[in-house]
Parts: sequence; structure tokens; C-alpha cells
Amino acid sequence: MKPGPIARIVLYLFFVGLIAVPFILTHRTSRPDMSGTQIDLRVALRRYGFYLTEDSAQAGVHFTHQAPVLDAQLAGIMPEVASMGASVSIVDYNHDGWPDFYVTNSRQGSKNALFQNNHDGTFTDVAPQLGIADVNQAGTGVSMGAVWGDYDNDGYPDLFLIKWGKPMLFHNDHGHGFTDVSAHAGLPAWMNANTALWFDYDSDGKLDLFVGGYYNENIDLWHLKTTKIMPESFEYAQNGGRKYLFHNLGNGKFEEVSATLGIKSRRWALACGAADFTGTGHPDLFIANDYGVSELYLNDGKRFREVGRDVGVGFSPKSGMNVAFGDIFNQSEYSIYVSNISEAGVLIQGNNLWVPQEGGRGSGLHYANMANSIGVELGGWSFGAQFGDLNNDGNLDLFLTNGYISADRNRSYWYDFAKVTAGNSTIIQDAKNWPAFDGRSLSGYQQKRVWINDGVGQFEDIAHSVGVTDTHDGRAVAVGDLWNNGALDVIVANQGGPLLIYRNHVDPGEKWIEFHLEGTKSNRDAIGAEVTLYWNGKEQLQQVAAGTGFAAQNDLSVHFGLGKAPGLEKAVIRWPSGIVQTLEHLSPDQLYQVKEAQ
Amino acid sequence: MSQHVAITAPKAPQTTQWKKWLSLDNRYMPPVFITLILLVGQLSFGILESYERTLLAICTSIATEMIMGRIFLGKWLNMASAYITGISVGILVRSPAFWPYAVAAALAITSKYVIRCRGRHLFNPSNFGISLVLFLLPASAAMLSIQWGNNMASMVVIWVLGSVIVWRLRRFHISFTYVISFLVLAIVRSWIIHEPWLSEVSPITGPEYQLFIFFMITDPKTTVRSKKGQCIVVFFVALLEMFFRFDQSIYAELYALFWVGPIAMLIEMWRDSRHAASRSIEAPALPTVSGSSPQTLP
Repeated sequence: MKPGPIARIVLYLFFVGLIAVPFILTHRTSRPDMSGTQIDLRVALRRYGFYLTEDSAQAGVHFTHQAPVLDAQLAGIMPEVASMGASVSIVDYNHDGWPDFYVTNSRQGSKNALFQNNHDGTFTDVAPQLGIADVNQAGTGVSMGAVWGDYDNDGYPDLFLIKWGKPMLFHNDHGHGFTDVSAHAGLPAWMNANTALWFDYDSDGKLDLFVGGYYNENIDLWHLKTTKIMPESFEYAQNGGRKYLFHNLGNGKFEEVSATLGIKSRRWALACGAADFTGTGHPDLFIANDYGVSELYLNDGKRFREVGRDVGVGFSPKSGMNVAFGDIFNQSEYSIYVSNISEAGVLIQGNNLWVPQEGGRGSGLHYANMANSIGVELGGWSFGAQFGDLNNDGNLDLFLTNGYISADRNRSYWYDFAKVTAGNSTIIQDAKNWPAFDGRSLSGYQQKRVWINDGVGQFEDIAHSVGVTDTHDGRAVAVGDLWNNGALDVIVANQGGPLLIYRNHVDPGEKWIEFHLEGTKSNRDAIGAEVTLYWNGKEQLQQVAAGTGFAAQNDLSVHFGLGKAPGLEKAVIRWPSGIVQTLEHLSPDQLYQVKEAQ
Repeated sequence: MSQHVAITAPKAPQTTQWKKWLSLDNRYMPPVFITLILLVGQLSFGILESYERTLLAICTSIATEMIMGRIFLGKWLNMASAYITGISVGILVRSPAFWPYAVAAALAITSKYVIRCRGRHLFNPSNFGISLVLFLLPASAAMLSIQWGNNMASMVVIWVLGSVIVWRLRRFHISFTYVISFLVLAIVRSWIIHEPWLSEVSPITGPEYQLFIFFMITDPKTTVRSKKGQCIVVFFVALLEMFFRFDQSIYAELYALFWVGPIAMLIEMWRDSRHAASRSIEAPALPTVSGSSPQTLP
């Protein structure tokens, strides 16, 4: 049977239609270029309920991160191997009820800074006089991040400094200074780590410390014995740094127990987070790994068991760079946001939003990646991200930083990057095989994303509309109510760039409530405590965490947006000790200081 | 001159049938081989974006081939070729979305029925579908980024198996010529742009190149007939690829085949028509054969 002319016409139309599909879909999903448009913040306030202004100068904060300069053998690819180190952690170090923040620097001889809140919208760097500024001296490595936790339960959070080099633990001397207690604590002489968190994994009331290595700990990046220091694979590398789990012995000393308790990974960890995913009362551990799959370690109180592949999060290897938890559907379950790399025409990994599936919080734990359907998949070369209710409407929003290496705008390193990473391990892991950057960019000058949650399962990027227009190479992002006015402000630490403070201006008609918890039987910072708030027939779960996102720590106070005319019902606090405490007769627009019931 | 000889083949004994099935010469060997690559890659390294996406590409490819074969050729075609196209799309295309897999597979098969000349399709189907999707959809699709652990052992297994199979299919010279051309031109590129030679060699040690070397450039229906011609064509593929690489094109090899393959086919057809014309002038009494199949594989 010979096909007639109509059949052939249909065939040609079908073919043309197939070619047209990409054009149509690309046009429909493309992000409009708003770089030249004027921002009317009054419109943003009316439309979205908030806007942000970059107020670092007004706040008196003038801090620019300096990237590491490593061994000269790495000079050609220095922008890549020295691409991290900008971090921010929000902490009330002096217990005055106002959030301060600590930022790291990463060039030898550069200084870290602790910006103390002056209660008037300005901040003063007090790190030099408190002894935690000059911590990047030659021979000791440089800072990559910091996490704060009151390991000795004296009421003042102590500082663990994450380093490529000698890790450092500083005891907080009641807000008057810091003492280096690294040697007494029993920390190792050297590690190349980018992530850490404080948590009480065994619920004994004392904070323990997890640290995730990136480069192998035997490498001194300033004095290389070999150039074979790169990952053996772009997505299956297991030649990274080891993991550390420091069990708090209670006398200022820590015992390293990672292998004993089942954590033996040598993947390239970049971010981690702890939360109780299974309802056992013990915090589990989620690790986002660069060059590989994510790992989820379930904690039964005695041992950790890696179940990433079984529960769906450890199947497809990407470039994990962030871990943030958020109850985005207001159903008392954490979704997990992991950032990855997406570059048009080269590599479309897409960020992951791991959403627990039906019956999620028990033994049947399973996750599905819903980043695409919810609209938070494509950011760029993404790093830090945090959930927070930015417009106080009762739904958690998402702030994401993007951008890797911004240099020459017109020349890209992507071709060479793709060329080498496609190859065999013997080629990729030797730095001398990598072509030199020669001033080129790699996913540079990318915009941030401010994804606002509509409460019915969709996120919309409104970054430009609400005033977030910078294109620095974002790394860490932390959220906290810096002005104690019921609005979550955002601090962004940029690699080799200025520290940005986005002050949040929220419609005053949108109500809020905050809780600052203090443990008695539990660890004093109440890290790991969960607060479930019930209002207007809704519920939302949040937790106190010391280390989340990428190289970041949010304020320990938990913040809930309530929307307009909230009918507050109750707040239920589940402390790490297991004690459950219910708060009733709550009023909106208040910060509650809550002490664990005896 | 062409002759039609009617031969009645004796019925093969049962044992011979089994031997034929196990022989590397049978038409199902390439699909079996690519399925093995997929399974080994997936089970050892999780190379796929997801099973569902790969299945979508395979099903789309087969469904399109079935429908179009029925309508335009009037018969139910053997699905081995469509299966290879679908599985190639399923392995090589990387996208968080589903639809690029379906579009690439449908484009690949449809191109066989639309872009034809003298009864032959010009483009390698999977090369056409994947190249077009990569070119038109940079924000939604990329090519295989998962590198099988960047592991030499798995590559050696594929090289050995692949070489044995293309050898038995009498197409080893195509793969070999391309590899040699690539390596020599890598030296040239390295010398010209002053970058490490190993960085220029690096791409050919990755998994997507193995599919390219063993499945795309050896496709019997979209390569020229003569052995010498096949070697010349893949050399030109490598040469054009070099220029695309100078332009920092990440998918240089695909785009090179996209252009060189059809041009080579057209040149061959033109030469055939010239020879046929000259033969008909020399010996006008002899009948000519039209639509002869140059295929060495079914």
C-alpha cells in the first residue's frame, strides 16, 4: 500500500511540529530578563507582602571575602580549587537577645569577623578583641565555615571553626572572649572540611559535633606533594575527606566515633543537616556530597545506618552543595532541598527537593524529587539555600544563591570543564591535566532566586521584584530576625565578594510569632528541639538547628509567619530529651522565651 | 550489472538455528550489546536519569517506527533499529523533564521518513534526534554527564565487547579509523591551543563516546558503502569535530557527524547516479536496478 499525499502532508506537519515543540516550551518556560527594569518596592509590598533592601552599608558592615591562594602548582585552576570559604552563621554570642553574626575569610593572614548587634540597626566587628579574628595564619590553614553550639551547657554558644587546615574549637567565655580549646578537646591536627553541625545524636543532653571532609585530610593544600588531589570522578568520587563524629564526653573532651557508629564515607561532603526523619526522637544525618550521591544516615540512638539509596535520595549522583529542611506543605514533615549545577547547553542536573511520600515519617520513609513540579529546580550553579517565611503568610519560602566563578564575562571555562570531567579517572584527578582558567568565568554573574510559596504547591521566583538583584558568586545564606521586628532578614556571603545584608520589610498586617528555646534536661541551646505550631486549622513544623544550608547557620530562634488575623491554637515543643511541652494562649507578634519543663 | 538469482535455502537443522542465535552475526546482537551496556552502567553506576525516562524514549521510538513503517512502508518493521535509537536517546539525553526524551526519540525516527533521498534516509536517527534537542533545547536538555565512575575497567569491557561485535559486523575499521583520527587530531589541537594533551584526549575516554564510536558512526544505513569511503568519512567527522572543538562546542562529535554523514551519503548517491548513467550509455541494452539496498545488516 502506497501512502497518499495526505499521509505525507501529515507526516511533514508532524515533523515540523516536533521541531517546534522545543521553541514553544522554551519560550513558555524562559525567565524574563528583568535586569534593566526598575524595581517598585511598593508594588512588591502590595503584591508579595514584603521586599528586601541591601542594607550592609547602613548597618556598618563592610566585609569582603578573600578567597584562598593555594599551592602554586594549582595556579592554573586556582579559581576552581579555591572556590569556597565564604560563610555566615547567625548567633547571639553574648546572650543579649539580639542576633549577631560571624563571617569567615579564607586567605592566609585574612581576618574573620564577628558582627555584634548594636540594637539600633548597626553592627560592630568585635572579633579582634574577642580573639576569633586572626585564625587564618600561615601554617594553620584557612576558614571554610563556622557552627556555634553550647557544648558545655554554660549558656553561651561556643564556636567550631571549619577549616582547610587545623580545625579550631573556641570556648565562649560568657560573651567576654574566646579561648582556643582545640587541643584539650582532642581535635585532629588537620582536615580539609567544608561542613559541620552540632547535634545531640545520643540524646544525652550534651552537644556532639559532626564534621564532613572534602579534600583528603592528608593533603596540605599549600604544600602539595602531588597534583593528584582532584576527585577521581565527577559523579562517583570516593577519594574525598573522611567524616568525623565527635562524641561529647562532658569534660571538654571529645571522642571520635564515626567509624564505630557506622559513618565511613569518603565522599566529598559539602553540606549536612540533622533532623529526626523517622520519629525515633534521635536526629538523623543528611549529607549532600559533591561529585556523588547524597547520603542519609538514620540514627537509632546507638548506630547510624546509611539508607540514601533505599529511600530514594541516594540514587542519581549530582553535585550536592546544600542541605535545608522545610515543612513547605504545612503537614509536619520536612522536605529536603539539595542544590546542584544547571548550565544551559552543558549540564542540567537540577536542584533536588526531596519530599517525603505518603506515610513518610516512619519506617516506610521514602522521598520523591518534586523540584521540577513545584518550580524550584533550576537556579544555576547553586550553592546555599534556606527556607524561611519571608512574607509571614504562613508558608515557607526559599532563598537560593547561585554563581560559581565570575571573571571575564565573555569567555567561559565550561567547554574545558566538560572536556576533562568526561574523561577517565587518571585524567580528571590530576590537576595538571586541567586546562588553565586564564581569566575565564564558569557559571558566573548569576542571579539569586527568591522563591515564594503560594501555599498550594507552587513556588514563584520573585527575586528581582523584591529587590534581590546582585550577581555575586553566592555561597552561604543564613536567615534570622536581625532587627527583632518579626521579619526574617537574609545574610548572603559571597565568594571573593561583599557580604550582603538583605533587610526584610514585611507588610505589618502579616502576623508572626517566634520562639527561643532553652534546654534544661536537653542541651541548653535546645538544638534538635521541634516546634509544631497550630493556627487557623493549619500546622507547621520547625526545628532548632546548628548548621544548615551551605557553610551557614540560621538564628537559633524559630520564626513562624501567621498571615492575617491568625487564630493561634497552640505550640507543641518536642525537646531532644523526649519531653513534650504544649504552649497555649499565645499571641501573635511576640517572641517567646521558653525554658524546657522539668 | 546486477543479477537476480533465485536460491532455495535448505531448511536449517535445529542446532544450526541455535548457533545462529548465539552467533554475533545475528541482527539482535547490537540491541543486546547496548542493553548490556545500559544494564551494567545502571546497576554499577546508576547512569540513567531514571528508568521511566529511558523507557519513555524506547517506547516513543518503537511506537513511532511501528506506526510510520505501517503507513509509509506498508509493513510491520523489525524493531531492533528503533530499539537502539530509543535506548541511545534514553542513555545519552539528560534532562530533569520527561518530554525531551519523547521529542528526541520521535524526531529521530521521523527523520528517517521525512529526510530521504533516493529511497535512503540520510541522517543517523539517534544522532539527528539528540543533536537537534541539544541544539534547540539548551536550557532543558544536556548530554550524559554521568561518567561511569570515570572508571577504566568499565571502559575496557565496553571497548573489548564493542570491538569484537563491530569486527564481526565488518565495521571495526570505521571505529578504529575514527579513534586513531581523534587521537592524532588531539595532538594537533593540544599543540595549537597549548593545553595538556590528556585534556584533549579525555572526552574519548568517557561513556558517551563509546556509544558514538560503536553505534552511531557504524550505523550501516547511514554510512557509505565502500570500506575506503567509510574510513574517509569518519576521518572527516573527526576533522570537523576538531574545528567544532576549536569553537568550544561541547557536543562537537555529534554535530560533526550531523553534517558529515548526510553530505557523504549525498556524494555517494551522486557518484552512483553518474556511474549508472555512464553504464547506461556504454551498455544501453542492460537493465538498471533502482532502489538497491546497500545494507550489510538487516
